[in-house]
Amino acid sequence: MKIHEYQGKEILRKFGVATPRGKACFSVDEAVKAAEELGAQLATKVWVVKAQIHAGGRGKGGGVKVAKSLDEVRSYAGQILGMQLKTHQTGPEGQKVRRLLVEEGADIKKELYVGMVVDRVTQLVCLMASSEGGMDIEEVAAHTPEKIHKVFIDPATGLKDAEADDVARKIGVPEASVSQARGVLQGLYKAFWETDASLAEINPLILTGDGRVVALDAKMNFDANALFRHEDIVAMRDLDEEDPAEVAASKFDLSYISLDGNIGCLVNGAGLAMATMDTIKLFGAEPANFLDVGGGATTEKVTEAFKLMLANDKVKGILVNIFGGIMKCDTIATGVVAAAREVHLSVPLVVRMRGTNEDIGKQILKDSGLPIISASDMADAAQKIVAAVSGK
Amino acid sequence: MSILINKDTRVVTQGITGKTGQFHTKMSKEYAHGANCYVAGVNPKKAGESYEGIPIFASVKEAKKQTGVNTSVIYVPPPFAAAAIWEAVEAELDLVICITEGIPVRDMVELKDKMRKAASKTVLCGPNCPGIITPDEIKIGIMPGHIHMKGRIGVVSRSGTLTYEAVGQLSDLRLGQSTAVGIGGDPVNGLKHKDVLELFMNDPGTDAVIMIGEIGGSDEEAAAEWYAKECKNKKPIVGFIAGVTAPAGKRMGHAGAIISGGKGTAQEKLAVMEACGIRTTKNPAEMGKLLKSVL
Repeated sequence: MKIHEYQGKEILRKFGVATPRGKACFSVDEAVKAAEELGAQLATKVWVVKAQIHAGGRGKGGGVKVAKSLDEVRSYAGQILGMQLKTHQTGPEGQKVRRLLVEEGADIKKELYVGMVVDRVTQLVCLMASSEGGMDIEEVAAHTPEKIHKVFIDPATGLKDAEADDVARKIGVPEASVSQARGVLQGLYKAFWETDASLAEINPLILTGDGRVVALDAKMNFDANALFRHEDIVAMRDLDEEDPAEVAASKFDLSYISLDGNIGCLVNGAGLAMATMDTIKLFGAEPANFLDVGGGATTEKVTEAFKLMLANDKVKGILVNIFGGIMKCDTIATGVVAAAREVHLSVPLVVRMRGTNEDIGKQILKDSGLPIISASDMADAAQKIVAAVSGK
Repeated sequence: MSILINKDTRVVTQGITGKTGQFHTKMSKEYAHGANCYVAGVNPKKAGESYEGIPIFASVKEAKKQTGVNTSVIYVPPPFAAAAIWEAVEAELDLVICITEGIPVRDMVELKDKMRKAASKTVLCGPNCPGIITPDEIKIGIMPGHIHMKGRIGVVSRSGTLTYEAVGQLSDLRLGQSTAVGIGGDPVNGLKHKDVLELFMNDPGTDAVIMIGEIGGSDEEAAAEWYAKECKNKKPIVGFIAGVTAPAGKRMGHAGAIISGGKGTAQEKLAVMEACGIRTTKNPAEMGKLLKSVL
């Protein structure tokens, strides 16, 4: 689960990480009022107006502006709120900006990078830090990997003082600010660990003219499997930032992801679902979605899955690929027939079934009288649906 | 021969009183030598009771003491599953197979750290896996037993139904399996591809291996590189990686199936596997045929 920058900063502040003062705003008037309130104490005499969307690359897309007066705050807030912000992470259609963060401007002397993830090889939390802040860290990793310093953190002790100090020095924190940087790094680790984060990133972490260490940005993602123990984080979820189809799917315990192609696919199991998508591509078409109905698919679930796929008007055909194990093919076949009738299916449907009660399942499809195309294996199924969609 | 489990394995089910645990314990008990293999269950509140004739004990330690179990299978719900694994580790079982899906990553990081520090000899398979089967001997997990056939091909996979797909294709070609191992789709887990390949390479009952991976992480690359260095030409391996069409930054069902930071793409994995002498196919319907072609 993802959250906004301003929410990430709220969390970091709770763990002792310094951030610029700021306020989340939902309208231009709110933004101006927030700027006025911050104004009395402004050291830099500038405000920063930042679009709050879940995607990165906001600055380059025109979603972050520095305002030198309240009039400029009003003008920038008006420009950014409601805009379709396009970044390298949003896709070509962009993401509508519904929230702003208005902050005091910072006196930036140096920009650094710090981030945390769970490293799969060591199976430990890994702190990554670099003197190359403000840049795309993947670029830094690709071209100058020696500029990224890593610490694998012992979960029994947390990030030790000496480890934090060492990393701070390596990324160019001057001696006078090392103890502050230690506080930031240890705060970041505690925030990561205690909230069950899957990613925590401050880019840039800045050194100010007066030697302070401040988080100018905050990006946090959370482990979906741990949300049951974090009500406060669940409350930060912003459904406007998520794909409505994926949100609808999650209500029925379906794992669904929208893609750009025109062949809908319904599969049991995540690996088999990906393999089915790959097979569609192999035979010259593109999948419209990833959809795993899971192990306990009922008629209701299958019907909902069909509705989801067909709500996407790009879908010109559907491929169902089931390997029945515990879930029996006849159960799925009954569900497919009921779903096809309920949604008055008007696009070609290819079904491939294998495993437990496969023959009964195939008979149910045949007896339904519906124009369902049967396939013998995954490749046959993909070829048939690709042919049906292209009208061959 | 086989790896990890056979008809002499003695199993305790942790979570035997839950709906899932009961269903799969019954199915597994009915498979091959299951009636001899499934000898204990655990539930601290139901010690002294039984399920399907299997006695329930208060703890894994007690179950081991009373019945001599050496392996555990876990169906405990996600919030309690890591603690259940640790209980089996503390009881010094040889093997723990955790089926449970949805365990928080932090719980697994803590657990694996404790296992390393305790220098535990217990082998963990999973979590979030279908389990392990040695056909005609024993099935531990949720896979459909009837698609399997006894034989000499090893199968190792991160995904459930895709493993069944590979097994189904092999059985259709009359190529039986020595053991099929589902290592699971979580980012922090027990057995890795490399560990299972090593076991298959040293198993006199295995002639060749199908290795099935998916996007995310670098376990398949590590396994392929190990094979090229240590075992090339010893026994042939063929592979398939799911997720060529998966977009970056999106979790594809499994917690571990995500391309992040440009790493863990299917193309990258396939290239490394090919370079290491593992034949791969982009057509998952041809995994069995490809394996047959290298025998």
